[in-house]
Formats: sequence, structure tokens, C-alpha cells
Amino acid sequence: MATLTESVEQIVNSRQGMPSQLIEVLQDVQQAQGYICEAAMATASARLGVPLIEVYRVASFYKAFCLAPRGRHVITVCMGTACHVRGAPRMFDEVLGQLGVRAGETTDDGAFTVERVNCLGACALGPIAVLDGVYHAHMTPGKLRKLIQSVRGQDGEVDTDD
Amino acid sequence: MIRVTEQESLVELRKRLAAERNAYRKQVIVSSGTCGEACGSLVVINAFRRELAELGLADKVLLRATGCHGFCEQEPLAIIHPGNIFYCHVSPDDVCEIVSRTVARGEVIERLLYTDPVSGQKVTTEAEIPFYAAQDRVLLGQNQRLDPTSIDDYIADGGYSALAKVLAQMGPEEVIDEIKASGLRGRGGGGFPTGRKWASCRAARGDLKYVICNADEGDPGAYMDRSLLEGNPHLVLEGMIIGAYAIGAKEGYIYVRNEYPLALKHARHAVQQARACGFLGKNILGTGFCFDVEIARGAGAFVCGESTALMNSLEGKVGEPRPKDVHTVEEGLWGRPSNLNNVETWANVPGIINKGASWFASIGTESSKGTKIFSLTGQVRNTGLVEVPMGTSLRTIVFDIGGGAAGGGTVKAVQTGGPSGGCLPQSKFDLQVDFETLEQAGSMVGSGGMAVVMDEETCMVDMAKYFLDFLQDESCGKCVPCRVGVDRMLEIVTDITEGRGRPEHLDLLEDLSETVAETSLCALGKTAPNPLASTLRYFRNEYEAHIHERRCPAGVCRALIRYAIDAEKCNGCGVCRKACPHGAVTGEKKQPHSIDPDLCTKCGICRDSCKFEAVRVF
Repeated sequence: MATLTESVEQIVNSRQGMPSQLIEVLQDVQQAQGYICEAAMATASARLGVPLIEVYRVASFYKAFCLAPRGRHVITVCMGTACHVRGAPRMFDEVLGQLGVRAGETTDDGAFTVERVNCLGACALGPIAVLDGVYHAHMTPGKLRKLIQSVRGQDGEVDTDD
Repeated sequence: MIRVTEQESLVELRKRLAAERNAYRKQVIVSSGTCGEACGSLVVINAFRRELAELGLADKVLLRATGCHGFCEQEPLAIIHPGNIFYCHVSPDDVCEIVSRTVARGEVIERLLYTDPVSGQKVTTEAEIPFYAAQDRVLLGQNQRLDPTSIDDYIADGGYSALAKVLAQMGPEEVIDEIKASGLRGRGGGGFPTGRKWASCRAARGDLKYVICNADEGDPGAYMDRSLLEGNPHLVLEGMIIGAYAIGAKEGYIYVRNEYPLALKHARHAVQQARACGFLGKNILGTGFCFDVEIARGAGAFVCGESTALMNSLEGKVGEPRPKDVHTVEEGLWGRPSNLNNVETWANVPGIINKGASWFASIGTESSKGTKIFSLTGQVRNTGLVEVPMGTSLRTIVFDIGGGAAGGGTVKAVQTGGPSGGCLPQSKFDLQVDFETLEQAGSMVGSGGMAVVMDEETCMVDMAKYFLDFLQDESCGKCVPCRVGVDRMLEIVTDITEGRGRPEHLDLLEDLSETVAETSLCALGKTAPNPLASTLRYFRNEYEAHIHERRCPAGVCRALIRYAIDAEKCNGCGVCRKACPHGAVTGEKKQPHSIDPDLCTKCGICRDSCKFEAVRVF
């Protein structure tokens, strides 16, 4: 497996000295590593010819970028207007309470990160929660609670198998 | 893939491709946009593929996965030809029966048909469904005739003929005149006349010019651009190529919202196919015209839907808007003349060229021409994408097409224009939807021109807070009125929803709204007070109930409500007690239960779980 630095090098390689490619590079790093670490920002800065402070500014400006590692499971709650009027805020607060985190944070055991997204554009299905890329339609606080419990249960079983 | 190098070969190619498709007497069409996929369309398609192969029908039946058909509520949808039979909520378990009965023998399966909620009757075809009947699906209608990953499907349906016509018969100025004559106005929210924008960009000095497609549809609750780009990417691309020819641009960009992976995938695929076929690149259709398109991913910033912020983002920078004293048609991307239009605007171009400006101008109102796609969402029965002529009334959209409130309740308001628009009450539902009328009423058609329907369980103060919270989060922070003003408005509205409202707050909010609207740098800030101002204007009584009575009439604002169990309705089944994650519900079996307000977090799980409507909000 490529080390962290190698994979970032590969991503930047074809875009040497092209400052306009900064966002694309950060997108690829985010996809490859799940977040953007300081070392990746330094590499992008050096190879693209963008000052590090500008790289940080861009990385922290856009919501797509995460500057800390995320949990093994990512729960994204859609907070679009349609989901909002159908009760998404109740669901979001409940999941934060259940996992003891604030929006965007990861649980201490590294199992779950809870995020909000402004709209997934699948409004007929709202309220929507996305767990590890899978859309769960017509969610309620109760259903999401059970979903998280079932993921916890499955993870537990995997651990015992190991 | 065949490279089309001249006009005649495109005509030949179309004839051949269309004939190949028409040779199939039987067709199975499954809608598979983002909503369709989320509802399991991919599994349904695979089941069809397997079943058709097993019965030896794979060569005889055309199976096509298309983009969104707009009726999201009924996904996954399947249409069977001949007969145009419309099946909804299709599951993989239904596939075997559909193939053996409907495809093989032409029988209609009653169970899978749509039920008209008013008459209770089953209807067989799309045209009989009220949701579709009142629409004019000029743009969206093509979605179900093609697989978005197939340029052949697009060509067979007449695709790229407008481009061929333009290159063979029209000079750039003629194209601009045609667009001007059509009356097409920008679908991104501004409503600026498209032909005039093109003409300014063409007239601007500079050898290198750009055309840009804004597919950064960030308005929550809007997804028509997503549906167009993921369901019919070549239509958008053809519009852009025609625009580039008219303006004299050699390079183009499609800036796609990060949260739309399928649209991104299909747009990328379409660009590659168009390049391979010779519709992009050097010497397009043998005419010497050169133009190419790159796809750029957004990175999750609402402000990047603003044209100058989008251009900064394309340059790899932070998406902050630029002052507007110099127009982007003169100095845009990398300081060069740039023409930016929204997805839906570009998608309208090939139709105008093919059918003529007068056809387009015959649809709509005096000042707003053509059709407009709205996403109809929220507490409405028929959620989906709706395409209607400009000038259609809100009432037609919400009731005739949308079927009214989801739960059969009363529709209290419709929100149009997203965070830049406003909430309009029932008394305004007869207004016709066009650029000017909605603006005069304190809302706007907006980028998406969406209509989010709200019923009596929607709190209008909470709605204002929702949009302010969104805008405060998405404000780029560059100019003070937007950064600080929106923040203050949010603070005050939060105070009101949490029981700390004071009578003088309402005047202060009005004052702030005016200041922020007048002094912000870009459209995000200028329109940011709209949701607040429109709810203050039309639903002031709800604000007053929060302030004077410390009461939320809709039962939404959690600081002002409490959950309680109606002892007369509660039969002590214990479901809510078991469901409550906080141990707040207590009670003996078969005895009325009660809720401990100190433990209750007002999550509503007890209310969701009660089958007897015994849990009430006060």
C-alpha cells in the first residue's frame, strides 16, 4: 500500500505548478485519505506553488474538506428545507445526543462521525440520513437510533470474530 | 464510436440510430436518477436484465435506464411499451410478473398502477395522472426517452441537430438575435435576458473567452439542475457549444455541485463521448470551429453559486464574490470575458434553435417566456419535479399538480426561491409565477424556483430561523453587512424561538433586513433577509405569539412546547414507554401513561410510536 505521502505525491504529480488545480487536488486527497492532513497541505503547497496559508484557507473554507480523520462510520443528516419541515432537526439533535458529539465531531471510540449536509436534492425521500454512503429514506429519530444500534451490533460481532 | 465530421453524416447517423431503436417493438424504461437509485432502481434494472435474458427476450426487448422522470414520490418507476403502461413503486419481486405478463402478453397489472388520490381510480398511462397532466414538459420530457450515458440515444432523439443547424446556416450574430427574440431569461435566479448577456460577451475585447455552466445548485430543496444534468447531459452540453459559437469562446467549464455524484459522473461521460464523436474539440462538424469543455467539482460552498465566487473557485481560490463594478462578461474567469449561465438556461438553447424563437416566445407571459422547472417538496402530496409554462399560478402547482398537503391538512404557505426567496401565504396563491410578480410579492422565482409547501405544523418563525442559520453558515464573510447582519438577525430570531423575544425585536429585524439587503456585496447578502422579511410581512401573528404569549402555534419551537399524554386516548399499551430513549415516559400497564418534563428532550419518538394519537404537543 502506498504511504500517505506517496499517495499525495501521486495526486499532485500531474498538476505540478498549476495553482488553479488546488481544489481538485484537495478533493482527491480527501477521497483517498478521508481527510486532509497538514503534511498533505504542505505537499500541495510546495508542488502547486500556492502559499501554505492559502492552501489552509481554501481547505478550511469549503465544506467538502475535512481537516481531521473521520470515524469508521459516517452519518450524514440532510438538513435541506424539505427535510427540515418534515422534522430533520429533531432527528439530528437526537443522534448527537445518542452519540454524545457535536455536529461534525467523531465519537471517542472512532466509530461514528455525525455530519449535516445542506441538501442532497432527494427531497421526496426526506427526512434522509446517509450512513456510509447508503441513503435511508423517510427517517425518524427512532429509526435512526435503531440503525445506529444495529451498526454497533454488527461491529461488535466483527470484533469477536477477530 | 463514430466521429461525425460533417452535417450529412450526422443526418445519416441519426436515421440509422433511430431505426435501430424503433426496431424494438417492446421497451422497458426504468427511471434511475439519484432518487430512483436511492429507492432501489438499480436492483430493479438488474432484475429486469436477468429475467429478460432467462426468457430469451434480451434481444427483443429494449431495456433502458433513464434519468429522473420527475415523480419522485412514486419511485422506482417503470414504463412499458407498447401501451405506455406506467408502474410505480416497482420492486425486484414485481419484475418476474411484469416481464411474463405485461412485456410478453401485454396484460396490465392493476396492483402496480398509480391510484388517483381524488377519484380513487387506477390509471394506466402517465398522461392520465394529474401530476403529469397539468405540466408542459418541454425539457424534462426528454429524460425518459434516453439513457443519459448514451450519446447514441441523444442523437437518435434529434440531439446535436441544433448545433449542426447553427454551424451550417447561422452566423454567430444570428444565433444571438434568435436567443434575444425568444425572450429567454436566466434560470439561475437573476432572470437577466440571455441574448443580451451573450451579445455583451461577444462584444467584449479579448481573444480568449469562456462559457461556464453553473451546476452548483446549492439551494436546499432544489434539484432540477441536478435532474437535467444527470438525466440529459448532452442537452446542456449542446446548449453550451451553441453559446460558445455565438460568443466566440474556445473553452468552457461545467461547475458541478460536490453533493451530486451522479450528475458529475454523467457530465464527465458526456464530455468524453462528445469529444470522441467530434462535437467537442477541434474542427467541430468540419466547420473549423473549435471548442472544448472541462468539468470542475465544487467543494461544498453555497456562495459559489454566485457567478463571481464561482469563477474564483474555478481558479482554485476561496469562493468569495468580487465587486460588480466590472461585469464578468468583460472580466470574468482569469480576467477574461466569461459568459455564465445556469444549467436550465443552457438546456433551453437547442430547443429554441430547432423550433424557433417564436415557438419559445409563445409559451409563458409577456415578460417571462418558456417553461420553468420547479421542485415541489415539503408537506405536499406529490413531491417531484414540475415543469410548467411561466405564468402558471401557485395554486395550480401546489394543488392540481402537487395534490395539496401531504397529510390532507391545510397548506399554510409556499416558499419559493430558497434562501433568497420568501414565504407566500394562501392569499397569494393565485399569483402567476414569473420573475416580476413573485418579486413584487416579496419572494422570487429564484435559482431553483422551488416551492416548498408548508402546512399548519410548520412554524414560520422557525422557517425564518432555518434560512438565517443556513445563510449565516454559508456567508463567505467578506463583507460586513452579510457577515454581521445575518448573524445578528439569527441571534434575535433564535431569542424569539427560545422565549426571550421582546416586542421591539420586530422593528429591529425589519430595520436590519433593509440594511443588509441594501448594503451587501453580492446576491447572497442582498437577498438574505427575504425569508425573514416575507414571514414578518405575512405571518406577523406567529412572531407575536412567540413574543407576547411565549407560545409556538405550530408546536415546533422546542423551548416553547411540551409533550404530554392525553389520558383519555392512552390505553396504556406501553409502546411509547419502551420507545422513549430517555426514560421520560412512565406508567402502569393498561393505565394512562405520563411524561416527565425534566427528562423529556422533545425528540418526538413517543409521538411517532403512538398509534392512538395520545401523545400531544402543547
